[in-house]
Amino acid sequence: MIDRDQVLHVARLARLRLTDEEVERMTGELSTILDHIEKISELDLDDVAPTSHVVAMENVLRPDEPRPSLPREGALGQAPDTDGVGFRVPSPGA
Amino acid sequence: MGAAPVADALAERAYEPVIGLEIHVQLSTRTKMFCGCELSFGEQPNTRTCPVCLGLPGTLPVTNAEAVHFGLMIGMALGCEPAPRSIFHRKNYFYPDLPKGYQISQYDIPLARDGRLGDIRIHRVHLEEDAAKLVHAGASGRIHGAEASAVDFNRGGTPLVEIVTEPDVRSAAQAAEWLRLLRVTLRQLGVSDVNMEEGSLRCDANVSIRPAGEATLGTKTELKNMNSFRFLERGVNAEVARQEELLREGGAVTQETLHFDPRTGALSPLRSKEEAHDYRYFPEPDLVPIAPTEEMLERARSALPELPAQRAERLESDMGLVPDTARLLAFRSDLGDFFERAAAARVGDDSKAIANWIVGELVANIGDADPADTKLEPESLAALVGMVREGTVAGSAAKDVLTTLVAEGGDPAEIVEAENLGAAGGDELARVVDQAMADQADAVEKIRAGNDKATGAVMGAVMRATEGRADGAEVQRLIRERL
Amino acid sequence: MTGDLLDLTAAQAGQRVRAGELSASDLFEAWRERAATDSLNAYRWVADAPPPEIAAGAPLGGVPVAIKDLFCTEGVPSAAGSRILEGYLPPYTATAVEQLAQAGAPMLGKTNMDEFAMGSSNENSGFGPVMNPWDESRVPGGSSGGSAAAVAAGLAPWAIGTDTGGSIRQPAALCGIVGLKPTYGSISRYGMIAFASSLDQAGPLTRDVTDCALLFRHMVGRDPLDSTSTGLPEEVRLPDQERLDGLRFGVPPELTRGGVDPGVAAVFEQSLRHIEELGGTLEEVSLPHSDQGISAYYVIAPAEASANLARFDGVRYGLRAEAGDLASMYEDTREHGFGDEVKRRIMLGTYALSSGYYDAYYGRAQRVRTKIAEDFRSAFERVDLIVTPTSPTVAFGLGERTDDPLAMYLSDFCTVPMPLAGIPAISIPGGLSDELPVGIQLAGPAFSENRILEAAYALEQAIGFDGSGARG
Ligand SMILES: [Mg+2]
Ligand SMILES: [Zn+2]
Repeated sequence: MIDRDQVLHVARLARLRLTDEEVERMTGELSTILDHIEKISELDLDDVAPTSHVVAMENVLRPDEPRPSLPREGALGQAPDTDGVGFRVPSPGA
Repeated sequence: MGAAPVADALAERAYEPVIGLEIHVQLSTRTKMFCGCELSFGEQPNTRTCPVCLGLPGTLPVTNAEAVHFGLMIGMALGCEPAPRSIFHRKNYFYPDLPKGYQISQYDIPLARDGRLGDIRIHRVHLEEDAAKLVHAGASGRIHGAEASAVDFNRGGTPLVEIVTEPDVRSAAQAAEWLRLLRVTLRQLGVSDVNMEEGSLRCDANVSIRPAGEATLGTKTELKNMNSFRFLERGVNAEVARQEELLREGGAVTQETLHFDPRTGALSPLRSKEEAHDYRYFPEPDLVPIAPTEEMLERARSALPELPAQRAERLESDMGLVPDTARLLAFRSDLGDFFERAAAARVGDDSKAIANWIVGELVANIGDADPADTKLEPESLAALVGMVREGTVAGSAAKDVLTTLVAEGGDPAEIVEAENLGAAGGDELARVVDQAMADQADAVEKIRAGNDKATGAVMGAVMRATEGRADGAEVQRLIRERL
Repeated sequence: MTGDLLDLTAAQAGQRVRAGELSASDLFEAWRERAATDSLNAYRWVADAPPPEIAAGAPLGGVPVAIKDLFCTEGVPSAAGSRILEGYLPPYTATAVEQLAQAGAPMLGKTNMDEFAMGSSNENSGFGPVMNPWDESRVPGGSSGGSAAAVAAGLAPWAIGTDTGGSIRQPAALCGIVGLKPTYGSISRYGMIAFASSLDQAGPLTRDVTDCALLFRHMVGRDPLDSTSTGLPEEVRLPDQERLDGLRFGVPPELTRGGVDPGVAAVFEQSLRHIEELGGTLEEVSLPHSDQGISAYYVIAPAEASANLARFDGVRYGLRAEAGDLASMYEDTREHGFGDEVKRRIMLGTYALSSGYYDAYYGRAQRVRTKIAEDFRSAFERVDLIVTPTSPTVAFGLGERTDDPLAMYLSDFCTVPMPLAGIPAISIPGGLSDELPVGIQLAGPAFSENRILEAAYALEQAIGFDGSGARG
């Protein structure tokens, strides 16, 4: 179960602006899905280690050797808004 | 009724600050933490980026081996236990200087933990990546009428080591002093430029206060980014004062992040309260664990030089230096190295005197410069100090010799000879003393009457006559002899 | 002439080029023209000229390949099915695509897909659904639906896709072609726009098993740009065994009984008979935690996705909504750029990771993952391969399931457990039900691709599936 306030809080964390209609629908859909997912709470998993990687690898490290960087035009090339030097954004707190 | 006595009791109460520090250290590797871009030193904005550090879709991080090596060195130097297997997490939040929407950092299993430096215990040492730089675009950079900023990703992805202390610090002065020790230690390791003004060493402080003698911790606030030792001290003092005043007035401290403005001395909240931060940490699936092999550990161990704290201890116990001198020589490794070479050049027991000459006269002469960069040779300094001990040159004249040695180099004995700076002695000095006592008859009377201070007048006359070449102790002896 | 050419499998065409009987550029041009006739919305972009140079001696002989739009390709639109990346031109090419080009399989086009690979029907594409070439009123499956439809319809000789919870195998099944989800790590993920990083894996979608092995051979490899890539410990062999003697096949009731349509079950039963006729043995093995597999998957994948999709913020690339303040810029950009399913999964994943819920959801899901891997491990102590239907149903109608996300999620139950365990699985056509293809899935332990390909080849010969019906 998830309620409307939680949906709004999660949307805020995820930087999603949901319309009222979306909040409504999302609350219902997510509740249904979460009810199903909660099946996993029935299992006894106390002694089970979590799996975050299926590959048993360690210490995959890169030598500290420079590789060429992009030219600035390349870095800025796909940006929606630049001043030719940096990526322009509305100032935080403005 | 009743309020006044309570208020009085609060007002009288003594509080004890409880301070923990969080330090971010930019590592001086060649390339960034997770990509092959070279680190940036004031290059044009956005010229040190690649698909990985711009967070382009589809790119993946690969850990820099040297950053891990430096991290292990730092952990070991701070007396920590390296984790047998540490992992990276994603720390999720949105900000324009964070290209992926998360920072790759370490969370519940850091690279190393549980150490100590000086009096302060180390909680943890972990690896992470730096954010980019957000620069205010100024009036020209307005978007839809609002202020605009520009992001420069050159710094983004620079390897960082974050060092978190236990809340063992009890004053602002102690915080600054300990941070100095940390800085010289890191400098000695050669893993960072440790420059606070340039941001390669950044310090946040967690500050709370509690009634003196109590064990429970008060509510803490976080002071961000005090970019000099002085600001750290002032910021912490200001915050401690603010908290004390709050509690004395019967108020309560709220947990928040504060920005210290060094110009005004004001503390202001950094983030608005509705900005709930929930970092949603989870293990970074794009990276595999770091499990230092014996080889990696050995390489880090053998790269550790003698550290300042150890050196200070050794200079005290083995060379008999007083603690302040030992620390100064140990914390400025250039002075320490010069000292040890000079001390080794001399047989005999001149170590303490050489140390005093270095922390006194030499530092007065050269300031922050490395003595190895001057014309002065450690052997010459040792020789000069020996001459002073033997009385062949007077202290004040030796200072002039030192100035010459620093500027021009050379052999102290030859300089003394050439400039006729040898200590006045024997018949010459006896004659001068006789003359001075005759000229200063009044003073001599006073000395005889028990006024020791009057010796100064005679001494002054002797020094004038010998142009400072006389040894003070010897003059004293001659005066006494003649009374 | 062109018709004949397009009837060749990729391996056959490549062989002709290598033998000097066919020019690589003619072959490319024939396929390019064919791809341009796409009326299924399978392609997002088709090359307008052959690449400057195709080495005739290269092992893949210049046979062009269709690339799922999830792979970044330098200077070529790469939008991962999302409006938020419309018009985005990456400055680099994904390792797998680069390797194929090096081996002589140049890029033919970019194929449509569910937005950010989230979906099982291709209806979640920001650029419209793909139609199933067997019946254009039906879905091709997803998320690699464009790649599957293109190969099935003869709009591409072969294609690559990605599989996170079934995104190669299920569309391959629904379109009547072969699709392999390899062992996690065997192919570099560098340049694949990430959905769920611990599950995503690239793989081939091909007309037959031989093409599958051939394409796969040139996709594998350890990549220094992907810390989780391992490559394969042995070279990929082209399969040639026609028997299954001595091979033990496990049939898990959890993935073969409840919820499988009768028509699909019948084709599956038939393929079990084929296995026995070819000398293989059948044995029931249990995968007791499969039921929780879907739940674990729909926690882990959205959680990782919620972080992976945070980079779409309107700052460096892609869509940016006009806004005067930063918060609105973020929220409007993401509101307009992401489709419903993507938002739903970001919400689900953000919630599962959020303070107070992590242990109950993400933490538990990772432990379920461990149990699922253990289930497979003990099953593979008794059998060499596991056989199941790939999808419990044949291709369903466009729009039929869009109103019930949970039902859509639950239909992935046959394909989700393998990526959770990181193990390889292939889907091959088993026959038709109601004139629509049914896929048979073979799964094996990590790095057992050669064994899987051999068995799939033998079974394929016995089944004798004819896919020409979809090629028009
Ligand atoms: Mg940090
Ligand atoms: Zn970079």
